[in-house]
Amino acid sequence: MKLLSVVRAGIRNGLIVGAVAVFIVLIGMVQTFAKRYLVSDLTLSTVILVAFGLAAGALAAQQVSRNTTQLGSKVLAAAVSGLITGVMLALLLLVVSQVPLRDVLVNATPEMVAALSFGLPLSGAALLLIGLSVVMAVLAVLYGLLPSRVRRALLEGIMAVTLIGIFWEAIVGLDVSRLVMKFLGVKAGKVLPLPAGLGLLILVSLVTYVWRAHPQSNVTVRRTGEGLRRYVSLVLIAGALIALPFAVGLFWSQTLTTIGLFTLMGLGLNIVVGMAGLLDLGYVAFYAIGAYAMALFSSPASSLHIGLPFWVALPIALLFAAISGILLGIPVLRLRGDYLAIVTLGFGEIIRILALSDVLKPYIGGPQGIMETPSPFFFGIQMNDPRYLYYLILAACLVVVFLSLRLNDSRIGRAWIAVREDEDVAQAMGINLVAAKLMAFAIGASFAGVGGAIFAARQGAIFPMDFTLFVSINVLCLIIIGGIGSIPGVITGAFFLIGLPEVLREVDEYRILAYGAGLVIMMLVRPEGLIPSARRRLELHEAEDQGELAAYTVS
Amino acid sequence: MALLEVENIHTYYGSIHALKGISITVDKGEIVTLVGANGAGKSTTLNTICGVLKPRHGEIRLNGELLNALKPHEIVAKGISQAPEGRRIFSRLTVMENLEMGAYARSDRREIAKDLERVFAIFPRLKERARQVGGTLSGGEQQMLAIARALMARPRVLLLDEPSMGLAPILVQEIFSVIREINQQGTTILLVEQNVNMALQIAQRGYVLETGRVALQGSAKELRENPRVRAVYLGETLHA
Repeated sequence: MKLLSVVRAGIRNGLIVGAVAVFIVLIGMVQTFAKRYLVSDLTLSTVILVAFGLAAGALAAQQVSRNTTQLGSKVLAAAVSGLITGVMLALLLLVVSQVPLRDVLVNATPEMVAALSFGLPLSGAALLLIGLSVVMAVLAVLYGLLPSRVRRALLEGIMAVTLIGIFWEAIVGLDVSRLVMKFLGVKAGKVLPLPAGLGLLILVSLVTYVWRAHPQSNVTVRRTGEGLRRYVSLVLIAGALIALPFAVGLFWSQTLTTIGLFTLMGLGLNIVVGMAGLLDLGYVAFYAIGAYAMALFSSPASSLHIGLPFWVALPIALLFAAISGILLGIPVLRLRGDYLAIVTLGFGEIIRILALSDVLKPYIGGPQGIMETPSPFFFGIQMNDPRYLYYLILAACLVVVFLSLRLNDSRIGRAWIAVREDEDVAQAMGINLVAAKLMAFAIGASFAGVGGAIFAARQGAIFPMDFTLFVSINVLCLIIIGGIGSIPGVITGAFFLIGLPEVLREVDEYRILAYGAGLVIMMLVRPEGLIPSARRRLELHEAEDQGELAAYTVS
Repeated sequence: MALLEVENIHTYYGSIHALKGISITVDKGEIVTLVGANGAGKSTTLNTICGVLKPRHGEIRLNGELLNALKPHEIVAKGISQAPEGRRIFSRLTVMENLEMGAYARSDRREIAKDLERVFAIFPRLKERARQVGGTLSGGEQQMLAIARALMARPRVLLLDEPSMGLAPILVQEIFSVIREINQQGTTILLVEQNVNMALQIAQRGYVLETGRVALQGSAKELRENPRVRAVYLGETLHA
């Protein structure tokens, strides 16, 4: 009876993980990563296959451990689960290699077979897949047996190696690393060498292990030296931010400007969604309006033919965006939640379709967009290099961060919080709902407008297809993953969601899939975001901290 | 002239005629209560006074000044604040933040600080829990917070909508004694209650609403002794 339930848990988890694994293989992820090395001799596709086995084992063991602490049952469940997952992968390999499926499943190519078979003959490869899966599943259980400190140290070591391995090419490609290597007289290949990877794993694990030995003292040290520490870290951050574009080179500077533009939008949307609680899914509209206003007023090739300098056109773009924010705000004042989201979604699309339309083609160029938007001049320097634009965007971000901080503590900031918490009661507190909402829309829109204006100046030419719904979703995702309402969270989110895909070019195809998966995982594991605001943390974890009080309320 | 005058107001929800000509007055320093069954129009009357609902006919005046055309936030600034039905505290904000929100319409910081002290003197429990999130308070404490928050606006008329709702009898006693205390400190109160017995004990005057009309009015004593009130609202058997 008991044995049966253990085996059943194994089978069920194995089937689930197996199905996910087959799906991931069939969308072509494994073969895409076959050429990408984590460390020498270990490709990312192998890592993914290993991860399937680990997941199968860990999930099965976790489910069984709810009922029993017996090691035997855990191992059995994990092994069964791994076996099932492995068999499913092996079957997939056999089917794909024998049956021509490419008409239906475009990724079922010889490359997929190659990625799954490690260059072995089919039967051997199938057995290897099964064996690998079972072994990994059991290893996952054994990992769970380690003391938590060891587990944590190992995990951080593995994470460090993974990050550095994945970004190795990018890291050695940086201008600053080239300088360092030249100085040391070493050469680095495109792949992190295996011994170096192992060394790194051991080093990071050991450091983490020792570091975590005194978590208490660690905290107190931080407290006593807080003032000085804060000052020093501010100076360091400022220095790093200023030196960054020249340390990382052109490609990365370009990426940094994109991250900066999304940070601008993220901070703007953070006011609308995070502070005032108004879910706006058409936020890209204001980005588009800022960009088009900049292009119209500053490009000599636009229908206006005035070619104003960037610095004159910038406030015009800001004003246009802010006004359009208010114009959108007025009709949706009475809408809440889902309804507001749907209407704003429509608004975003309307702006894009208008930009694309024949009606406005004589003015804003329809699908051809507007060309020849000049780069800004700054004391006679033309800022056409991404490294200069980086400083412009950095300055804009700093201004917006400052404004956000001030707004957060202001009277209007308090009004937004009240509106977010309960509109009706906010009104009963004497808050002017109309003014508070329109203010949020206008300020949020103007941040995006500035971002759009700089975007137009960076690109030189803008097209309606630059302003799709996906931009809105991107911005919303980055503030959710970073932590709604938290300014450092927004910046972190922008780095993760905008910066990461730029580096992992192969992932680009799976970007939306990864977003979806990332969002689901975040909602399950850390719904408050990577760097949550104090309030969010309180909301989502007060039950744990104040369980006693909660119980009191219930009684 | 009464402090708050509601004259023959008619309020509609769409085509539903909810208030059919209600007139009430509240004098300075009084506790006046509106009692009645579910759907009699008690909360609708309060919401019409607050400006959340607009009357189609009739006038609402505070100290002789017409309030009809004002927005809800402007009416708060004129001096009418309410502790809404179901408490509706900001459950994710701290007690302190809730109280600060109550004083949103005011800018006289020193006076706000004084009122905070006063509120904490009335509700010592809230002072203990000042940094706690509103949602973690007990039901009675949440009701106290809702009243305290409304007091922070330093209203000329305080509207209380069903303060006893969902509270244990002992807490109901406590809430009502606090309401009396607030009144004795000089705040005029318009109290909506389903607990007719308690309401008529602390109020000076009362109005009995039935299906959007004032069915009876008079001093609390008269109403308490009225056979119809006794039968319908105080649970005594009617001798026909």
